Amino acid sequence: MILIKYTLIFFLIINLNLVNAKDKNLQNKITKNLRCLVCQGQSVFDSDSEFANSLKIIVKQKLDDGKNEKEIYDYMKKKYGEWILYDTEFNKNTYFLWLLPILMFLIGGAIILKLFIIKKN
Amino acid sequence: MASVIGYYSLVFGFCFSLLIILFSISNFRNTNIFDSKIISLTFIQFFFVIISFLGLILSFVNSDFSNQTVFNHSHTTKPLFYKISGTWGNHEGSLLLWLLVLTLFIFIFLLKSKKQTKQYRILTLLFQQVIIIGFFIFVIKTSNPFNYVFPTPNEGLGLNPILQDPALAIHPPILYLGYVGSSIIFSSTLAATTLNYISKEWAKHIKQWILVSWIFLTLGILLGSIWAYYELGWGGFWFWDPVENVSLMPWLALTTLLHCILVLEKRLALTSWVVILSISTFTLSMCGTFLVRSGILNSVHTFANDPDRGLFILIFLFCLIFLSLFIFVFFHKDKTEFSKSFFWLSKETSILINNWFMMYFLVVVLVGTIYPIFLEVITSNKISVGPPFYNKLIIPFLIPFLFAMTIGPKLKWIKSDFQNKFYLLIFLVISLLLSVFIIKSLNINFLLNSILVTSAFFLFFITLRDFFIKKFENLSQNISHFGFSLLILSILFNNIFSTEIITNLKIGETFITEKFKINFEKIDQREEQNFKAVIGKFSIENSSGSIEILKPELRIYNQPNIVTSEADIKTNFLTDKFMTMNLVQNQDYFNIRYQVKPFMIWIWLSVLMISLGGLISLIKKKYEN
Amino acid sequence: MKIKTFPILITIIFLIIFFVFYKGLQNSNIYVPKTEIEKDIPLFSAQIFGTDNQIESEDIFDNGKFYLVNIWASWCVPCRTEHPFLLDLNNQKNLEIIGLNYKDKKENADKFLNELKNPYTIIISDKDGTTAIEWGAYGVPESFLIYDKKVIKKIIGPIDKDSFLKIKERLR
Repeated sequence: MILIKYTLIFFLIINLNLVNAKDKNLQNKITKNLRCLVCQGQSVFDSDSEFANSLKIIVKQKLDDGKNEKEIYDYMKKKYGEWILYDTEFNKNTYFLWLLPILMFLIGGAIILKLFIIKKN
Repeated sequence: MASVIGYYSLVFGFCFSLLIILFSISNFRNTNIFDSKIISLTFIQFFFVIISFLGLILSFVNSDFSNQTVFNHSHTTKPLFYKISGTWGNHEGSLLLWLLVLTLFIFIFLLKSKKQTKQYRILTLLFQQVIIIGFFIFVIKTSNPFNYVFPTPNEGLGLNPILQDPALAIHPPILYLGYVGSSIIFSSTLAATTLNYISKEWAKHIKQWILVSWIFLTLGILLGSIWAYYELGWGGFWFWDPVENVSLMPWLALTTLLHCILVLEKRLALTSWVVILSISTFTLSMCGTFLVRSGILNSVHTFANDPDRGLFILIFLFCLIFLSLFIFVFFHKDKTEFSKSFFWLSKETSILINNWFMMYFLVVVLVGTIYPIFLEVITSNKISVGPPFYNKLIIPFLIPFLFAMTIGPKLKWIKSDFQNKFYLLIFLVISLLLSVFIIKSLNINFLLNSILVTSAFFLFFITLRDFFIKKFENLSQNISHFGFSLLILSILFNNIFSTEIITNLKIGETFITEKFKINFEKIDQREEQNFKAVIGKFSIENSSGSIEILKPELRIYNQPNIVTSEADIKTNFLTDKFMTMNLVQNQDYFNIRYQVKPFMIWIWLSVLMISLGGLISLIKKKYEN
Repeated sequence: MKIKTFPILITIIFLIIFFVFYKGLQNSNIYVPKTEIEKDIPLFSAQIFGTDNQIESEDIFDNGKFYLVNIWASWCVPCRTEHPFLLDLNNQKNLEIIGLNYKDKKENADKFLNELKNPYTIIISDKDGTTAIEWGAYGVPESFLIYDKKVIKKIIGPIDKDSFLKIKERLR
């Protein structure tokens, strides 16, 4: 009887650990993507300024509330502006940022192809 | 006293620029023989800069706080080694380092270019002097290392403790030998273009300089990463921070240039590429100097910000750009002989493909670094461009790039075929199986990662095979490419297999996970010359029972009054164990961060290998001559 | 023709880049969130300073009145320099000053207020800093001027003479 009780408790703890681990991973992932406004070169994950610590608590609270990653990022953007996110979004501010290199790549490829097509003829 | 000598030395050096220019122009016009007095003049100019530099070093060593630079960046209790390295760890002193390399390199260039024509040598000298004069004016007018502070303070403000590290002490000199050394490539290419001097022989001559600059630049970047890893405490070595990007961009241009010059040496092709890349490398260096010293970018590592200085460099930079553009448009004649007659499957094509990809990577880093500036000026919106951007745009393209790197060197000039290439297929399959086997157990991004690892392994095996079969033929290329494959593999495996634990522990507590136990044994204290250390002793027992002791520190510095966290890192060939300890406000526990990072040392070794390839190429040249 | 347009194009591009960098030099490189947006005040629930009771934000703020939410702490040095301005503003009849005590110990906060006087109608405790984040603050001190349940002015850092006068302006 006691054995069963302890085995159950053991499994419960292991499960909690796994669930915690997954949550922790998501929490870490989010805080690694947020910039600390106080020490402006660090992520919230790396920083231990007061602001960063409070943000970590808020991220955890929101995750516990059931919010998903995008909702948390939207919340942060609303409070602090787009700058706080390391992962640059793809919106009207950043079209050129993402597309310019790709464009250059395609142009380069086109030039090389043209070189060979000219030679073939 | 040392500062006075230093200052006047600087002024004399500047005056010598004018002297050198006048002398060279008259030599250019008048006689047919290069006047060796010019070499002596450049030596004397270099000598003046050295004296000035030594003057600054002496002021630091003597803690002469009447010198404003010393006051701002030094302190009597700093260890001697860091007093000396503090000389170039600030804006003004590092500019003296710029001048040092600029004047040194032109002097050595003149010594080693005796086989070249007089006009070429003098014109190179003149272009270099334009740069040198620009920097003299910049230093003397806006960034004088020898300003006075009156009354003389008793103590200085000290050097930021995270800069007091051996890797960071030698990082600037080594980096500048590469970064600033590309100035000579710039000047000589402009000279060669103007004189229509670009040829296979010129390529042979300039290749030495490209190699030297490239080797130092590679090592300089390596040292910066090593410093970031050991000193900054977050366990990473590359953050796509603007200052890091600013050193990477010239490296990308320089590596592409190196490949193009190898082609130009053998056949007259890619001359336009060579000229544009030579100009771009140094332009990117100058641009980088502008970005980190003007205060325009937000970064942990920028120098003190001053928009006035920024304006000077900006104007100087664009003068150089417009000068080179002018010369390129009006003087450059595209002299490719065989460009229109090579087959699609040939070495020429693979170099073109290499250029294509390298320029793409360069554009990614460039756009990522300066786009936020543009956006802010145009729309007043501030955004962040960080590692996710660069990773997303670079990593997928590494796959075809690695394949091209493997197959390219195997192709023959002009035309190649598919005979005797069966072994390539075999190795490809081996690589594929190996990587699938390694990645299978993990759930992350299986497809992307396994193809990536496959392509890296492919390069790895082929270069290894070439080393054993072909031995010393193409040794430098083999070693560098092998090093690159090792670099990619190490970074990939390090990323995939790293683990990390963050927890709060009180003294005496143990943290237990399935894989290991961390026991916070005790706290020691230690007093050093300029800081007090609080050392935590942790014993880590892993699942097989072996115990490792790690001792991260908290250091409380006296001047400036900063607390830093020093990681304790245990390195072996398989993995690094990395631990940091941080204070938590108002609490009696510490925040502990423990990371296991496999293959870290291979990342450093592979970059060393890459530069070794360059060194071998340099030495082989001397051996052949 | 083709040979000539290309360099002209490149020159124009470089000139544009030059001007952008020139303008960029004049902007600060430290990021500060925008201070001029009109935002609704956040909804929150917080502990009243010195008690165990909670209070809802709806109960604090009414329409048609001015409020100044001031984030402060006893360990914050600039808070001392701005305190006289707060005391002065307290004399304004149409303004209520709400204090947000940030990551502070009660004894220290009490000492601070005893020494410098208390301008606050209500004080809320923010022990973990999360309420401050609801307001979009990231440091101490910061102040928010509110009217009709909207933030009409945000001051980052201590209130100085300039911002003090601007607040008085808005109060009319």
